Amino acid sequence: MRIVLDPDRCQGHGRCYALAPALFGCDDEGYAVLLVEGDLDPAAEGDAQLAVDSCPEYAIALEP
Amino acid sequence: MADRAVTDWRTDFDHTDEGWVADPYPIWEELREECPIAHSDRYGGVWLPTRHEDVSAIANDTEHFTSRSIIVTNHRPPMELAPQGVAPPISSDPPYHAEARRMLLPAFSPQNVAKLEPSTRAYCAELLDAVQGRDVVDAAADYAQHIPVRVIADMLGLPQADGDVFRGFVHDVIEGVARPLEERAEGFLALFGYLQGHIAEHREQPRDDLISFLLDAEIDGERLDDFQVARTVALLLIAGIDTTWSAIGASLWHLARTPADRERLVSEPALMPTAVEELLRAYAPVTMARLVKEDVDYRGCPMKAEEWVLLSFPSANRDPRFFDRADDVILDRQPNRHAAFGLGVHRCAGSHLARMEIKVALEEWLRVFPTFSLADPDAVRWSAGQVRGPRLLPLRVDA
Repeated sequence: MRIVLDPDRCQGHGRCYALAPALFGCDDEGYAVLLVEGDLDPAAEGDAQLAVDSCPEYAIALEP
Repeated sequence: MADRAVTDWRTDFDHTDEGWVADPYPIWEELREECPIAHSDRYGGVWLPTRHEDVSAIANDTEHFTSRSIIVTNHRPPMELAPQGVAPPISSDPPYHAEARRMLLPAFSPQNVAKLEPSTRAYCAELLDAVQGRDVVDAAADYAQHIPVRVIADMLGLPQADGDVFRGFVHDVIEGVARPLEERAEGFLALFGYLQGHIAEHREQPRDDLISFLLDAEIDGERLDDFQVARTVALLLIAGIDTTWSAIGASLWHLARTPADRERLVSEPALMPTAVEELLRAYAPVTMARLVKEDVDYRGCPMKAEEWVLLSFPSANRDPRFFDRADDVILDRQPNRHAAFGLGVHRCAGSHLARMEIKVALEEWLRVFPTFSLADPDAVRWSAGQVRGPRLLPLRVDA
């Protein structure tokens, strides 16, 4: 699984980087930045899913 | 308050009606189930979507709905104000909106907000020191209302002692919506007169604060004039004070009447960030408005140009189609895709600041007063209009 972040949908709510700080960071304006690339460590999938399900703008997805 | 009582919420609602102010939740529930997009002829025509799906769709539709004014009154601001609107960027439409917002965001980024946490905590402790020894403390009037005023005054570079002045302005703008335009205009003039003085001082003597930052900032390569700076400062005062004060007060109101949740937060302090999100969901203080740009049919509703749409984020957050057990406060609710800070391009620019203030205010209160309850439920008073929170909240704090 890998994380896909859509910067056009992200409005900087900051739920992802609060809930999964190992996977998401933020830029100087508070918009989300993906910290990991490629295949996700299976141990991180729970946090990634929580970020996906918490984003008010549906800006994050998990893809096989 | 409304000039006449509401008889039918589906066709004649008024968000300043006494019944709505006292307890809007049953009203929204009825509307969500039976009339999900209500209409009222008041204020020259207002629509009220109450389901999450519709609130989200309209918040994201900047093509058909303008933010030229975001507070429902009997008056529409002049068309010439677009695309900036009365108080940019909250009142601005794309594409100008993006530039005006980008200028402000760094000041309210999580990194910058973290720097303000120690002084916010110290100020909360100071407020609580001042009420030590009392049996009853008004958590709204003696505590919550002061916190965002101090934080935003410090950020802007306005005198801390002027808290009462700001609160008066904010009250006029947000709660005085049914008053005649001339009276409202007087309030705005007083506010802008006050701000112009401070802006002139900052121009003379630049400092390390947000007013000096705005005076130096550019949008599309051009400096802002004093009036643009004043309008943005007015926005930060208006948007930052009542809203956060309301969220802190509503959270303490919930904990005062729900001992199990209060005890849980005292014994599990690490739960606080998750609990803050849930309290924001359940008691979202802010409803925003849009104006219909041109006649449009939205899901069979014939929306006319210049009619208002009230975007009830608080009702969307209680929609059982979107949240399990939507009316229950579940402090460890996860995931929690709430919309308390709005949806779409106008997501509250101060949301990270608000979260920090709410978290610190609750932590400090619980540290000093781990045991408290409503002193007199009938004495609690809620604000009227688009920002909902307790304005009188006497709590018994003796252990």
